[in-house]
Amino acid sequence: MGGEGLGWKDLEIGFVVTEPGNASSYKTGDWRSERPIRENERCIKCGLCYIYCPEACIHEDEEGYFEADLYYCKGCGICAHECPRSVISMVEEKEE
Amino acid sequence: MEKEEDLFVPRQVTTEENFAPGHRACIGCGEALAVRYVCKALGKNVIIVTATGCIEIFSSLLPQTSWQMAWIHTLFENVAAVMSGIESAYKVRVRKGKIPDKNVKFVGFGGDGATTDIGIQALSGAMERGHDFLYVCYDNEAYMNTGIQRSSSTPYGAWTTTAPVGKKSSIGQVTWKKNMPEIAVAHNIPYVATASPSYPLDLMAKVKRGAEMDGPAYIHILSVCPTGWRSPTDITIELGRLAVETGVFPLYEVIDGEYNLSVDLPDLKPVTEYLKKQGRFKHLNDDTIATIQTRVEEDYVKLREKAGVK
Amino acid sequence: MTKGKIVGLEGSFAVAEAVRMANADVIAAYPITPQTHIVERLSEMVADGDLDADFICVESEHSAMSACVGASAAGARVFTCSAGQGLELMHEVLYIPSSMRLPVVAVAANRALSAPLSVWCDHSDVMALRDISWIQMFAENNQQAFDLTTCAYRIAEDKDVLFPTMVHIDGFYLSHVIEDMVLPEEEEVAGFIPDYEHPFVLDPDKPVSMGCYGPPFIYPETKKAQDVAFDNTRPKIQEIWDEFGEIFGRHYSPVESYKMDGARIALLTMGSCSETAMLAVDELREAGIDVGLIRLRLWRPFPFKELREAVKQLDLLVVLDRAISFGMGGPVCSELKSALYNKREDLKIVGFIAGLGGRDIQISEFKYMVTQAQEKVKAIERGEEVETEIIGVREGGGR
Repeated sequence: MGGEGLGWKDLEIGFVVTEPGNASSYKTGDWRSERPIRENERCIKCGLCYIYCPEACIHEDEEGYFEADLYYCKGCGICAHECPRSVISMVEEKEE
Repeated sequence: MEKEEDLFVPRQVTTEENFAPGHRACIGCGEALAVRYVCKALGKNVIIVTATGCIEIFSSLLPQTSWQMAWIHTLFENVAAVMSGIESAYKVRVRKGKIPDKNVKFVGFGGDGATTDIGIQALSGAMERGHDFLYVCYDNEAYMNTGIQRSSSTPYGAWTTTAPVGKKSSIGQVTWKKNMPEIAVAHNIPYVATASPSYPLDLMAKVKRGAEMDGPAYIHILSVCPTGWRSPTDITIELGRLAVETGVFPLYEVIDGEYNLSVDLPDLKPVTEYLKKQGRFKHLNDDTIATIQTRVEEDYVKLREKAGVK
Repeated sequence: MTKGKIVGLEGSFAVAEAVRMANADVIAAYPITPQTHIVERLSEMVADGDLDADFICVESEHSAMSACVGASAAGARVFTCSAGQGLELMHEVLYIPSSMRLPVVAVAANRALSAPLSVWCDHSDVMALRDISWIQMFAENNQQAFDLTTCAYRIAEDKDVLFPTMVHIDGFYLSHVIEDMVLPEEEEVAGFIPDYEHPFVLDPDKPVSMGCYGPPFIYPETKKAQDVAFDNTRPKIQEIWDEFGEIFGRHYSPVESYKMDGARIALLTMGSCSETAMLAVDELREAGIDVGLIRLRLWRPFPFKELREAVKQLDLLVVLDRAISFGMGGPVCSELKSALYNKREDLKIVGFIAGLGGRDIQISEFKYMVTQAQEKVKAIERGEEVETEIIGVREGGGR
């Protein structure tokens, strides 16, 4: 979760959180049961996968292709479902 | 409405994300996606007030926050009232020379419960008083945060945990969805719109228009909820699109009382295409579906008339 | 000693003057008897340009406090006032500024609770607010209504306090009664309540998140932090009252005494009836009874230390409640017993209830309480059950 070790003296006045967006340290990637894999040869770099991601975890790389940040990706499969060229498919996560 | 332009979206939207990843929304959450778009469209020069509900819970687990901008949550039903105080405070402090005027926007977020049920009084009051703010309702059509209980925004025929499908001739929700955008329109506010995360550019354009408007603005976003709608997580966008294409949730704007359809669909898809993909409607028989079909068509005709489309 | 002029003002107007001199930025209020004269007067002041504030005429008390919370979080100096049912509707929101450490200032024109409907004074509404973690104090006349409201801003906004503060004035007895009082110079009040800056304000340039969600792994820590901070406001409250006394010549403390020299018995009161109780004490003293009066000025945080000091020499404490804690007796009496338990085993505490729903409490009734309390002590010593008596209530039953 983050913050389990905090004592009452560690809290700000009114329990204000002063670091904007600090929840980004929280890993949601381990919620995932399926991960997106891509075959970029067919990718037209339209970016629909990027825009439709509820986690905002898909980023454009230097070549203009898109990649999901698996630290956050929850494996919803929206990117795969919405991809107009079927570049993305969802494969089962395996225990490592 | 964009068609071709919908493609190649990275060139049309800012890459700035003002709602940080690491939020605890359910997998495939349409509401989290809507929040992402709204925050992208708003930028950082805003103060956001959020009602108790899914958004607040999945974004603000102490001691962490997903919000990159000034943000406050207090209670369930009082977003518009807290917003009124913030907006007044800002105005007065600028007037008294205590702070410089930086054209800050004030934006309230609430779910359908916080908006159409428990918070409607505070919202009505704030709209009537004419505060300069944008209110965004993220409508997932039930009290999802507490476990899928019905609200006045739950559609006719939908299963919820408090509108269950019983053994004795029960169809789930037996009332029609409250038309909250029309209630907002009835307050004679300058801007009312509906939007869907399946149409991100349209949604973001509306948020910008609403935020720029002087006076109250209201945007009602249908937010697909895989958990409560009993739908696969990967069809969130498809369901939002079908809601529009079947006429179940038409996209429109009302600017100073003038209606404009954002997407006009002379030929609506049958509602069953939308309903059959969701577990919450799986119990519906053909008669009930026909009743819904009739109602959707009638409502759509009325809306087109208001927009002056023949 | 301070300048100022002597004026005849209603309690409500005295409060409005304090808010005006505090130069409040945002007022959000909903009209309810007997608070209405405060909001009416403030509305006039804003309309006349005598007070540069936004008056938000909200659609409910729930929204009144919510708007105050929002405005305070945005850095404004705020004010609201309510009474009875209004405080009840506001109840949920009252916990917010105290937990979030927002220095909202409010005045309650104390009123009974329905049913049956009563717009008249008692302390039922106050007693429902015991655990909201607001600093709460009682005025017993219009001068005090002004002074304590002025002090409320200074206390609430002190960087070592930052808790919302509520001043209780008895509905009608103070809110609607004109008394002469000293209205200080505006500059002097302004000097006493300078502009303040909260360490955290809703500001897009310095974004913070306020009101985050507290799961079990952290919620107890938040409450401990709040409790410690609230307890620690006591010395600051006295310090600010002392400073007020030096400037304006009127001195306040958490527990105030009247004719307590050599007293073995004391009445204990809160609010406007204290002045009636003083007259009763005068008459009893003349009759040779060693009785004095203790007034609780500060209700929260509870003044344990000062109370123990005040009762040190007493054999009997007679507590007046203007509310019933149903199934429990008088709420103030219960709290006093709890506060003094294990400290003064030999002190007898007897409670009475009077003044419910605006029924006047007469001098003779205070005298009756003192006499009757001594009888009740004898009954307690005989091992008899003694119930809390509601003074002056008719028995009937003859129909």
